[in-house]
Amino acid sequence: MNSNNTKKLLLGNEALAQGAIDAGISGVYAYPGTPSTEISEYIQRSKIAKELKIHSNWSVNEKTAMEAALGMSYAGKRALTVMKHVGLNVAADVFMNMSVSGINGGLVVVVADDPSMHSSQNEQDSRYYGKFAMIPILEPSNQQECYEITKYAFDLSEKLSLPVLIRMVTRLSHSRAGILTSERVEQNQIHLPKNKHQFQLIPIHARGRYKHLVDIQSDILEISENSYFNEFKEGSNTSIGIIASGIAYNYLMENFDGEECPYPVLKISQYPIPKKPVKKLLETCKKVLVLEDGYPFIEEAISDFLNESKNVIGRLSGDIPRVGELNPDNIANALGFDIVINENIPKVVSGRPPELCVGCGHRDLFDAINHLGKEMGSQQVFGDIGCYALGALSPFESINTLIDMGASITMAKGAADAGIHPSVAIIGDSTFTHSGMTGLLEAVIENTPITVIISDNSAIAMTGAQDSSASGRLIDICKGIGVADEHLIVITPLHKNLQENIDLIRNEINYKGVSVVIAQRPCVQLPKEKKDKLNELKKVSLN
Amino acid sequence: MKTNIILAGVGGQGILTIAAVIDTAALDNNLHIKQSEVHGMSQRGGAVQSHVRISDTEIFSDLIPQGKADIIISVEPMELLRYLPFLKEDGFLVTDSNPFVNITNYPELEDLYKEIKLHKNSILIDAKQLAKDIGNSKATNMVLLGAVSSLLPISDESLQKAIKTLFERKGEKIVNKNLEAYEKGKEIAVEFIS
Repeated sequence: MNSNNTKKLLLGNEALAQGAIDAGISGVYAYPGTPSTEISEYIQRSKIAKELKIHSNWSVNEKTAMEAALGMSYAGKRALTVMKHVGLNVAADVFMNMSVSGINGGLVVVVADDPSMHSSQNEQDSRYYGKFAMIPILEPSNQQECYEITKYAFDLSEKLSLPVLIRMVTRLSHSRAGILTSERVEQNQIHLPKNKHQFQLIPIHARGRYKHLVDIQSDILEISENSYFNEFKEGSNTSIGIIASGIAYNYLMENFDGEECPYPVLKISQYPIPKKPVKKLLETCKKVLVLEDGYPFIEEAISDFLNESKNVIGRLSGDIPRVGELNPDNIANALGFDIVINENIPKVVSGRPPELCVGCGHRDLFDAINHLGKEMGSQQVFGDIGCYALGALSPFESINTLIDMGASITMAKGAADAGIHPSVAIIGDSTFTHSGMTGLLEAVIENTPITVIISDNSAIAMTGAQDSSASGRLIDICKGIGVADEHLIVITPLHKNLQENIDLIRNEINYKGVSVVIAQRPCVQLPKEKKDKLNELKKVSLN
Repeated sequence: MKTNIILAGVGGQGILTIAAVIDTAALDNNLHIKQSEVHGMSQRGGAVQSHVRISDTEIFSDLIPQGKADIIISVEPMELLRYLPFLKEDGFLVTDSNPFVNITNYPELEDLYKEIKLHKNSILIDAKQLAKDIGNSKATNMVLLGAVSSLLPISDESLQKAIKTLFERKGEKIVNKNLEAYEKGKEIAVEFIS
């Protein structure tokens, strides 16, 4: 097959994707989200994936993605579904239930967490979700392990007939190293579930399935305790024992820079937390330092409730900062090593936060919104997830809220219900099809006085201008949901149209019902051919 | 031996091209590599950096610890200074002198230059102009790479080969412009590196 001895230089995300291809997947289902995006993009670009007809088109959101992956698994084939941590909240319904039904063809859920919130609203730790669903969790520590753990995950999934969660973190997702690949496994043939009631989660069958899930927990623990990816390394100095999970292991070893670590170390890359080696560490060492990126998941589990013995330290004890990502330096501190820093950042250096691109249509939209805000006095603008979230920052400071995908429309509705006017929602085209459509329907049903501005740049821009499910469909969708024709308008956010746009939006704000303004201008990050095509399409739809 | 390099710039300036050349050459020499980069929100005109680590032994951390960088290469003078806490005491600073101004409180250029020149191992060059002289301002990055090439644990031939490999699909003309830019960087750096 295609095994070879030359190393490929791959991001952690790409190594994982190559692992999935070589594990014989028949499809990847995902919605873009930093830091997870490159996994699906790698498969989309892969020649071999194309030849093998591996499905890789973007899904509309994480829930549709995971459900489609489950459907492929039902058919007996292996499927991968990928999202960022907050995307798992969207897919939580199917995620929690498919651990009860179990799977047929191997199903692996990859969730990329974002400790330090480089590109996110929170730093939630997906390991809690894995524990919640009572399924195995894998947490690679380096790029080679990303590749190997993914292949293993599919075998484990089929062995247990359960979905398996792989947890990534930003720094591993977005760091490159040389990777050795191994043989590719052929794709599964279609084969239907043996038990025809397995996927029928009506109470009478669900109870049996759930009992089964509970019963096999001891097996799942035993597999974890014997896993190749969990490793106990002896050390002569037992004044402290160290547990390092995932990428934390690298930061730990960095501090010994090629020398042997004198302390016993338990490296964890598979969960449930392996009890036997943890017990050994607690019994033989005076103290145990827990190093984990994200929440204190292991530390909380192995500390006694009142922590009176104070023999477990980490983020909860304050030895490691409770928030933000790990790095070699905060681990050096916890180990009691001195860090030598010769320089500080000179005072002359200014901050440089991200900003909207020069020539971005969102800029001209915010100009119009801000003008109306001054005019109207108490205008409230509910924002959403995407590049236009940067409208919260200077120089625009146009939006008041930013919570989750789709919340702009529903929050605007709730605020309008409370009596606020003008109540304006700003949402991107892709975010609208991801999670905004249902909220718009709700507003239409009550004809709530809100103005929804869909800032349509025909791309999932923030994550790299991927194709948007909304492209060319927005007007039909809004009409279909029931927005009145006379309050569904399209504008072009360009500086030369500023006054006209202000007047048009003002009219809609003054209308005491649901109005939708589609502000259409292709993302500047799109290639020229695509922009030209979109502008053509727009002319046609307007005529 | 381990070499730690920080690449600095503003999202969209293309610092990853420099990383890609170093990575390709290092991989070709069977060296270990780790290279972290920034994707997502910060890419939109914000400060971005990449940590590149090359070694003949296993590399653990994807991030360079503070005070352990051998070289900081920046395509912009202010961004260079942002990463000073990572620099080793005898480490090298290399930067293009042209500012990228997309903020209202960008400092006075002279203040930045003064701060940079405080360091004995600093290479402040108008790489953009040198690239323009060759006829391809996009090759600014390769001028900077050329300037630090003698500090890298990779041979000149390997780096040139990597440039050829990376720009191959853009045609011979682009390959040659980038090689020329690389040579220019090497020449100009001689006066800074003894």
